[in-house]
Amino acid sequence: MGLDIAFWILAVVCVGAALAVVLLRNIFRAALFLVLCFFTVAGIYVALGADFLAGAQVLIYVGAIGVLIIFAIMLTRESRQGSPSGRLRLPALLIGLLFLVTMVFVVVGTDWSVVAEIPTEPTTSAIAQALFSGEEGFVLAFEIAAALILAAIIGAIVLVREK
Amino acid sequence: MGVGLEHFLILSAVLFAIGLYGVLAKKNAVVILMSIEIMLSAVNIAMVAFSRYSQSITGQVFVIFIMVVAAAEAAVGLALIIAIYRRRKTVDAEKFDLMKW
Repeated sequence: MGLDIAFWILAVVCVGAALAVVLLRNIFRAALFLVLCFFTVAGIYVALGADFLAGAQVLIYVGAIGVLIIFAIMLTRESRQGSPSGRLRLPALLIGLLFLVTMVFVVVGTDWSVVAEIPTEPTTSAIAQALFSGEEGFVLAFEIAAALILAAIIGAIVLVREK
Repeated sequence: MGVGLEHFLILSAVLFAIGLYGVLAKKNAVVILMSIEIMLSAVNIAMVAFSRYSQSITGQVFVIFIMVVAAAEAAVGLALIIAIYRRRKTVDAEKFDLMKW
């Protein structure tokens, strides 16, 4: 029961914040609403029993990406122009609604086979086991992710460096 | 009726649709990147919901990799936007026509 109430509050705030991001004309406020949206997504992870991911969400999205986006807004100084919509506004609205209707139709129409009783337990060690356990683990993908991060950092530095 | 898998999936679809609208409709490149982040979060919610309601941890492992790629994408994307802004004094996505012919 408490979980249901928490879900509805989080869902409403999350969707409202996401709408504010795409509808507000003040781009800095849009960035702050994006941070709020990330926070509520972390809350939804908690409601789903994913404690490790909720922590990672706050650290990476709220902490790192939120600050990065606010920095980018300040460096590009477009805030007086706001964030107007382009020529494709109506087609975009149409495509978004079409996608939403299709997804709702599919989700409601499918007979999902869910596990009946769901115990909540800490997921951190389970994720570590799945990531690093020998044969069927994700060690190779983990190493590739490390290389990807390194390449992204070097690429970002090269791109913004003054000549 | 309690909250179940369908509720989380529909929430995820709503967030993804909002992000899709932002990516297609907005002119400011920073707002387009913000909308992409909303879409990635929507996918993450769907992954965690499936992981929860099928008692399989693999979905959460995938969310970790999606977070890694999202962080890398945000860093490179914002660096690109700042580099373009330095040369052309605009972040309007409709004016980025260097690679058109």
